[in-house]
Amino acid sequence: MFGRLMPETASLQAVLTDRIFIGLTIASALILALVIGLVLVFSIRFRRGSKINRHPLPEIVSREFEIGWTAATIFLFVFIFWWAASAEIGAYSAPPGAIEIHVVAKQWMWKTQSSNGAREINELHVPVNAPVKLIMTSQDVIHSFFIPAFRLKRDVLPDQQTEAWFQATKTGTFHLLCTEYCGTDHARMIGRVIVMEPEAYASWLSAQPEGDDLAHQGERLFSERGCAGCHAPGSAVHAPSLAGIWERPVPLDGGRFATADAAYIRDSILQPKRDVVAGYAPVMPSYAGLLDDGEIQAITAYIRALGSEPAVVRDLGTPELRSNVPGGVRQRSPALVPGAPVLDQPAPAGTAVRP
Amino acid sequence: MSGADIEARLREPWSDLETDDATAFARQRDGATFGIWVFLASEVLFFSALFLTYTAARLANQEAFAAAGRETNIVYGTLNTAILLTSSLTTAVASQAAEKGLFRRLTLGCLAATAALGLAFLIVKGFEYREDIEKHLVPGAHFALSQAPAQIFFGFYWLVTVVHAIHLSIGIALVTRLTIKGWRDTNFLKENPQVEVTALYWHLVDVVWIFLYPMLYLPGRSG
Amino acid sequence: MSTTASPTGLADPDELDLRLPVSYLADGHSVRSWLLTTDHKRIAILYAITITVFFFIGGAAATLVRLELATPEADLLRADTYNKLFTLHGVVMVWFFLIPSIPNTLGNFLVPLMIGARDVAFPKLNLVSWYLNVGGGSLAVAALLLGGVDTGWTFYVPYSTVFSNTWVSLTVLGVFTTGFSSIATGVNFIATVHLLRAPGMTWFRLPLFVWAMYTTSLMFVLATPVLAVTLLLVVAERTFGLPIFDPARGGDPILFQHLFWFYSHPAVYIMVLPAMGVVSELITCFARRKVFGYSFMVYALVAIAVIGFFTWGHHMFTSGMSPFAALVFSFLSFIVAVPSAIKVFNWTGTLYRGQVGFESPMLYALGFVGLFTLGGLTGLFLASIPIDVHVQDTYFVVAHFHYIMVGASVSAYFGGLHFWWPKITGRTYPENWARFAAILMFFGFNLTFFPQFIAGYLGMPRRYHVYPPEFQIWNVLSSAGAAVLAVAYLMPLGYLTWSLLFGKRATNNPWDASGLEWRTASPPPRQNFFGSPQVQGGPYNYHPEGVAPVHDQPRLPSRGSLT
Repeated sequence: MFGRLMPETASLQAVLTDRIFIGLTIASALILALVIGLVLVFSIRFRRGSKINRHPLPEIVSREFEIGWTAATIFLFVFIFWWAASAEIGAYSAPPGAIEIHVVAKQWMWKTQSSNGAREINELHVPVNAPVKLIMTSQDVIHSFFIPAFRLKRDVLPDQQTEAWFQATKTGTFHLLCTEYCGTDHARMIGRVIVMEPEAYASWLSAQPEGDDLAHQGERLFSERGCAGCHAPGSAVHAPSLAGIWERPVPLDGGRFATADAAYIRDSILQPKRDVVAGYAPVMPSYAGLLDDGEIQAITAYIRALGSEPAVVRDLGTPELRSNVPGGVRQRSPALVPGAPVLDQPAPAGTAVRP
Repeated sequence: MSGADIEARLREPWSDLETDDATAFARQRDGATFGIWVFLASEVLFFSALFLTYTAARLANQEAFAAAGRETNIVYGTLNTAILLTSSLTTAVASQAAEKGLFRRLTLGCLAATAALGLAFLIVKGFEYREDIEKHLVPGAHFALSQAPAQIFFGFYWLVTVVHAIHLSIGIALVTRLTIKGWRDTNFLKENPQVEVTALYWHLVDVVWIFLYPMLYLPGRSG
Repeated sequence: MSTTASPTGLADPDELDLRLPVSYLADGHSVRSWLLTTDHKRIAILYAITITVFFFIGGAAATLVRLELATPEADLLRADTYNKLFTLHGVVMVWFFLIPSIPNTLGNFLVPLMIGARDVAFPKLNLVSWYLNVGGGSLAVAALLLGGVDTGWTFYVPYSTVFSNTWVSLTVLGVFTTGFSSIATGVNFIATVHLLRAPGMTWFRLPLFVWAMYTTSLMFVLATPVLAVTLLLVVAERTFGLPIFDPARGGDPILFQHLFWFYSHPAVYIMVLPAMGVVSELITCFARRKVFGYSFMVYALVAIAVIGFFTWGHHMFTSGMSPFAALVFSFLSFIVAVPSAIKVFNWTGTLYRGQVGFESPMLYALGFVGLFTLGGLTGLFLASIPIDVHVQDTYFVVAHFHYIMVGASVSAYFGGLHFWWPKITGRTYPENWARFAAILMFFGFNLTFFPQFIAGYLGMPRRYHVYPPEFQIWNVLSSAGAAVLAVAYLMPLGYLTWSLLFGKRATNNPWDASGLEWRTASPPPRQNFFGSPQVQGGPYNYHPEGVAPVHDQPRLPSRGSLT
């Protein structure tokens, strides 16, 4: 009738968290039992009218008791702190080689896009026993990405990136919830995470249409938004080529160097006059407000894709665009209430029209 | 001060203390001073939070803040700093003169000068605001500067100068009230704790401006 | 019961003629004499009336919220209505009930009485503080009547500044206004305790309730202005378009959270320190013992007030703060629990070898000890980073802070209200009803909030009006408990009103308690005392120094000791 008392344990972090939780629960239960027990025993034994002998307490005992239980609680609490903190520190950064998944949150849906091209809405397919790194941003307010079975939660902030990682240890379907209040349909901003065996994941992935992946989107944006007009080789305006710069040092005005990572590219798009490449004039306009976070991520992915190649701009071509999300809202979010309004309808499965 | 004077000025609950009136009056004075110091501690936290917000935003957007800082009118700002510092001098003189119980005319004169300097500050600030509006330095669609974080600088600029001006207006009202009452009633200002309380408040408003001046007028002007 | 005439110049309280003194209640009957009063006791009554109104407004909102949550579907309320209701519940309960509850009612009434003063240091400021509170409350209620607010009581940006299209600014201004009421009260209490203690009332003879009010006032004065600024920035951004936190223009919404919690974490201690003060008075009186470890109790209050200012970051472990900052905040959050633990042990120790009676105030106090211990212990879960990451913004957090703020603080408020009711009103209340309400409140409370711990750890997020069906059982239990709790809260409203009209006249010291406030008439006269208090001993003088309390012993104010 009461179902389970503990949530499903489906990630490495969940095991660690549960261990501390259970330890702390036992310690708390003992302390609580001690306090309640003493209160009950004292108030009944020394109830008004009982004939029990009441000797005076020597002053010195009181002081020793105070120092004793102060020291004991400090020791206990510092021990728990150390235990919890060391678990957290050990699991802070994602191991190298993790699958990268970009998450864009908006009122009231989760959009995920894997670096290998799979795009989903309110759903996330991941392989079991492989580390997965989430790179998250929001298009409007603060959201929070919560998978109870993984004991994973991280706030998703507008115009900033936050990161989290997990390694699922069980296959199955788990809740994905928003836990930072984000407006009217906060309670309906839910989805599911599907953990699959590696083979099943590989076949799911291959069933996905050939990637309209981030890099391709980025390439399209690169020409649509006029970046190519200056940055493409042989353009009239004098602008640095972006081919082959990924994660390389870039010489800046004033003899400084910057590494062309995601943060630098983002800054260069939004605040182009801040770190100008040596030998170029600060003529690029800011794209703040013209490109949203998802688009910046796409352009970054495109520049990254250029990075491994020789310094030639490739033509990635334009793939066919299709939504990868099977089924309607109800299937994706099993907890949704029948008949409840869902304001932001994602595109239906099948061929979609590019906006 | 005569006994009747003291009795007339003693208030609840100090009047019920089990001491003679002079001691009770001294306690009442201490109470007023102590109370305003506690309130000023609260005010310090109020402005500290604003300064912290500014510092965090400036650290994140150094160039935009420097560019925005160059747009403020340093002439008006420096003039106002001088005016406010002078007004603190006149307040301090008034407070000391009242406490000694001598020099009624000096006290009155200094109080009036303080209020006048405060008003002068507000008038200069008004001219500055008009210029800022003409230069489109109000955050929003028609903002003059291209860098977005410059709007944060000016958001802070408008908010904090208005909050400071409100504080100053309260100060001017308090000083004016003391001046009028002291002018009508010969004995009013003598050893009156209200003078010191008002002076302490005035100094706080002044100290806040001493922080605001470098924060608003000096960024981007060092080079 | 005192054998000799009081050596202090005060009339012996048990010999006062009940009809002789004009009580503060009889000192003027016009509306004007109430609305323009500077008597701290009347202002306390004014506050008591306003917070009672707000308590039932907030309670009504909570009732609707719990009703909606009985099923996983949205069958009673629409999403927006639900969001407005939980916001209303939070805003009203935190700022217009809990924060003013004990300090401004019991504190206003008792602090001058307990230290032997005629009034607070600045009586007019005290009245101004009430008007600010009422003014702020009216703005918040106006926002409710105009259409409500849907941001949650935390007003997180950028939702509150850019996205919400409800009455945010008006509500925020209401909270801003009532903040100045808190500051005024804080300044007043600090000055009162510093300057108006009766002769002989040294710092270490102060009752723990006064110490609690003093430390609370320090937090009022030093934390509230930060909230004021934070709210001002929200209004500036929302109403006047001055961007401070706008992420699209380079602002940082996390900065808002830092500022907000710099106030709102100490605010938790603003709510619970006064409760600790009340409970210290109750337990000593009904165990008829000196408090165990008085000086440690004082240091613990001060330590909580100081360390409480540096733990706010544990509300933001999931917001992506630096792991090193998180460690510091985690460590301090563990450390701040130590003085609370010391207090719990000392209350327990006070019972030892006492003469424990089970009158209704004591039942509330014992309930407080249990609920506060559980609430405090679950605080350790939230201080541990990995567990906090999992339970942040789930019902686990909701349960935790309700244990502290409702289980502990509201229990203590009711306990104190019953304890001092004869002193405040001069009437007695039906004891059996009061005991029944106390027990019902304890069980109703646990039934409401304990299941939320489990639902929270299972992963049910807060502020959800529809939820995955597997959480339903815990929500049904919780809603059932809420019904019990509602009855338990309505009962005192009934029998206390009855006692005002038909209750027996109370004697001056019905509990045979030791504080100065009992050494005057019930209700006290405008001047508080007949004569001038002189204090010659420490508080809680329920039995002479170094001597055990004997069976059914009377209080011994011998050797000239007054308190």
